[in-house]
Amino acid sequence: MQTKVENNKAWFLVMPVFLIVAFSAIIPLMTVVNYSVQDIFDPYTRYFVGTEWFKQVMLDSRLHEALLRQFVYSITILAIEVPLGICVALMMPTKGRGASLALILVAIPLLIPWNVVGTIWQIFGRADIGLFGAFMSSLGVDYNYSSNPTDAWLTVVLMDVWHWTPLIALLCYSGLRAIPEVYYQAARIDQASRWAVFRYIQLPKLANVLVIGMLLRFMDSFMIYTEPFVLTGGGPGSSTTFLSQALVQQAIGQFDLGPAAAFSLVYFLIILLVCWVFYTTIMNMQKDK
Amino acid sequence: MTQSSTPMSNKNSSQEYKVTKEQAPVYSRAERKARNANTRGRFGLVLYVILLLLPIYWLVNMSFKTNTEILSGLSFFPADFTWENYAKIFSDSTWYMGYVNSILYVSMNMVISLLVALPAAYAFSRYKFIGDKHMFFWLLSNRMAPPAVFLLPFFQLYSSVGLFDTHIAVALAHCIFTVPLAVWILEGFMSGVPREIDETAYIDGYSFPKFFVRIFIPLIRSGIGVTAFFCFMFSWVELLLARTLTSVDAKPIAAIMTRTVSASGMDWGLLAAAGVLTILPGMLVIYFVRNHVAKGFALGRV
Repeated sequence: MQTKVENNKAWFLVMPVFLIVAFSAIIPLMTVVNYSVQDIFDPYTRYFVGTEWFKQVMLDSRLHEALLRQFVYSITILAIEVPLGICVALMMPTKGRGASLALILVAIPLLIPWNVVGTIWQIFGRADIGLFGAFMSSLGVDYNYSSNPTDAWLTVVLMDVWHWTPLIALLCYSGLRAIPEVYYQAARIDQASRWAVFRYIQLPKLANVLVIGMLLRFMDSFMIYTEPFVLTGGGPGSSTTFLSQALVQQAIGQFDLGPAAAFSLVYFLIILLVCWVFYTTIMNMQKDK
Repeated sequence: MTQSSTPMSNKNSSQEYKVTKEQAPVYSRAERKARNANTRGRFGLVLYVILLLLPIYWLVNMSFKTNTEILSGLSFFPADFTWENYAKIFSDSTWYMGYVNSILYVSMNMVISLLVALPAAYAFSRYKFIGDKHMFFWLLSNRMAPPAVFLLPFFQLYSSVGLFDTHIAVALAHCIFTVPLAVWILEGFMSGVPREIDETAYIDGYSFPKFFVRIFIPLIRSGIGVTAFFCFMFSWVELLLARTLTSVDAKPIAAIMTRTVSASGMDWGLLAAAGVLTILPGMLVIYFVRNHVAKGFALGRV
């Protein structure tokens, strides 16, 4: 890392960013905090209720289930996407036309709007008109994502893996490209095995991008809303009702603004806490270098 | 890796690397193995890409079918090839204006994000100032704010300042997650530029703005390309905020898709055609930045 000069005037350069983000971040956050301690009947009638909603939210079993489901889901997709992404990155060619072609093809799913991703899988997974659904039933599996909770959950996971593994793959790919050729030459002279090259050269060099990739993936998977909403609408039952869905159902469906706001804050704090841990890890890793 | 970790190494390497011009290339066992691994790798990659593209192929396939054909069962090619679904989209202004709206607010978002993130990233990469680390984490924490949490307050805020149903409202709302990412990526790129360059420029009599535009920006061109790509990507695919903040004039295509479909039953063909059209701009963008991507996707921090 380069040495930095102490200069408080640099604040003027950061000011525009601060203002533009603050406009969309601080006022809404204050509104949420405000809601979370009041009972709201209409815009003019509201009572201060203190921490009542927080207590209610903490004891709500539906939210506990959604939170648990969310953690299981996030960990599952990270466990699948990270190794798969690394494998894909290792397989991608590094030179020539093949490299840019592979890059473009792999990146396509990332650029599809989330509800279109939901729509694609909605079609693709149907046993009567979709290839995947038809394939599953031809294997003799009674697959139906709209009535079987396990199938629904697995379809959401599969959809996420399809959609987001490319991000990990591309991050790792660029990480791999940054490794100097000398390392590989040294490994060749040593007759190092493929596994040793991966374990002692590629993996350590990838650690940095992997943390970034996992951080981004964790945050996004924790906020997932549109895709399961389009695919299954949170059902059947509540098998694909993740945190965001539970929240929207409460805030907009039932219009329980107070509890929904309290829930939002708890939700935000959880993400913040996990990401803070990740973030400090990244910073410490950079300090070590 | 050191020599001692693989004791076998000395035996072969001394001969292997004395290949003269006349000799045919001799491949060591490790190299042959690597080549085999490469072929296997190619095969795996092709398989992965095929699996990746299958759902998209299915969408394209359906977009050229009539609704009756779609519902009549499974087929790999449209028997009754039709452009009708696309024709419907391009002849109806609510549909094609959806694309225009989306592209408008995404471009605005890209420009705003880059304009504010460039100086800020410079400050973060070059200077130490009070609260810089906290500021950086605070910025990042906005990237983590679940949109579902802020839906209602956003709606209230933008309505009260009279920005509801304008393109700029969506562009600004999306800044909440594109700006932190832009600062993060650009900071990585800028830290890769030695500060001696800044100092030399000042000695040569460049003012700060002139130095920044004439010398610094060209140096981090690929970083800017990648940042623009990320802003495009996250703003283009986001639906929840875009839908909440618009009603008629600035409604994004993604929102039109959900509504029209639920109103007229499931018009699968039309839905598929609209889906295909939302993928195209993204493909164009990735085509233009593909050369920067390898470096930039790692957020410049490798």
